[in-house]
Amino acid sequence: MSGAFTAVLARDLRLAARRRIEALLPIAFFTVAVSLFPLGVGPEAQMLRQIAPGVVWVCALLAAMLSVTQLYAADHADGSLEQMLLCGESAAVIATAKALAHWMLTGLPLILVAPLFGLLFDMHGDAIAALTFSLLLGTPILSLLGGVGAALTLGLRSGGVLLILLILPLCIPALIFGTGAVGAVESGISAQGHYSLLGALLIVTTLLAPWATSAALRISTE
Amino acid sequence: MPVLAAIDLACRRGDRILFKGLQLHVHAGQVVWLRGANGRGKTSLLRLLAGLSTPEAGQVRWASTPRQLVYIAHANALKEDLTVLESLRFLAHLHGRNESDASLVEALQLFGMASRRQAPVRTLSQGQRRRVALSRLAIGTAPSVWILDEPFDSLDTEGIATLNALLTRHAARGGSVVLTSHQALTLGEPEPVVVQLDEVAA
Repeated sequence: MSGAFTAVLARDLRLAARRRIEALLPIAFFTVAVSLFPLGVGPEAQMLRQIAPGVVWVCALLAAMLSVTQLYAADHADGSLEQMLLCGESAAVIATAKALAHWMLTGLPLILVAPLFGLLFDMHGDAIAALTFSLLLGTPILSLLGGVGAALTLGLRSGGVLLILLILPLCIPALIFGTGAVGAVESGISAQGHYSLLGALLIVTTLLAPWATSAALRISTE
Repeated sequence: MPVLAAIDLACRRGDRILFKGLQLHVHAGQVVWLRGANGRGKTSLLRLLAGLSTPEAGQVRWASTPRQLVYIAHANALKEDLTVLESLRFLAHLHGRNESDASLVEALQLFGMASRRQAPVRTLSQGQRRRVALSRLAIGTAPSVWILDEPFDSLDTEGIATLNALLTRHAARGGSVVLTSHQALTLGEPEPVVVQLDEVAA
């Protein structure tokens, strides 16, 4: 593993540990947003069970998008980003490290609390397992794509909104196959196909997103 | 053979040509002082030399690959929430230098910041931040190229003297420096090579 990769990853995690409240905001948003649905829709168990995968996935998507807007902003402002681009490693290495750090700080905690929300929505055990597994495959996609958007909108005034407009459409396949996997399990058929498609999406994004991010960073810091 | 050369370099900011046809040769052991009025493109030139932006025309040539470069911009690249030592360690590791903490503290000691190494960067003054950022120059002994944007900014006389000593030592070892400064240079050895951007301005 290259020195720059581990240096950036370790630093981002350390910075999050220094700013715990800020680091917890995406999870807090996710918790509040998901908990609002039973209040709004009504406490009918059948209904809740049906909407649960969609609600959890959409909230995970929004939590990831909200937190990813600032991924490069601070580093851009204080000059760290320039140092990262000059470190001799490809900028794609930096982009991968930043996306991994973002995933570990937002995606991973979401995956850990998702089973709890499954219980809250009265989901069955195997549906909860499918939901968790689909999030495991899907949330890295969100962090990687979010990184592309964050790099593209760097230094723009209403970057946050623009990022969501740019990146949300790209996240829709992950959302469809993620919720589809849970739906398949609930109706008693195999979710294998959905997992394969999510896995394929993850592989394609992992291969392409860091390069796109690196190109966008070069343009934004020009 | 210059370690770093700019050939027919042109730079554009928006629809304004800052300079064109710029020739710059930096040899080992040289300190090049870029001068010019505000907005003349000194920082833009440094960014072009560092490879952070692409020139409108012309090219930047480095003698050695991988290029040995330390670029210190106007921004100090320090994180408010990290301590002084952590910031410096990150920058060293980022650039592939796995220095021990002892040598990092030694570098900080040179700029008188060793006693503040556990202090968060946000508690430091502007001058102290500059000192920490410049401590990077004291790490390692490779004859690299230093590109420094207003390194003397917010330094006190003692800090300026330390930096001058570092520049002299670096040049004596065969390193080269390209820097900008509004203040007159007080560097004794080597005699800085002055490049006037006002003269090549388009």
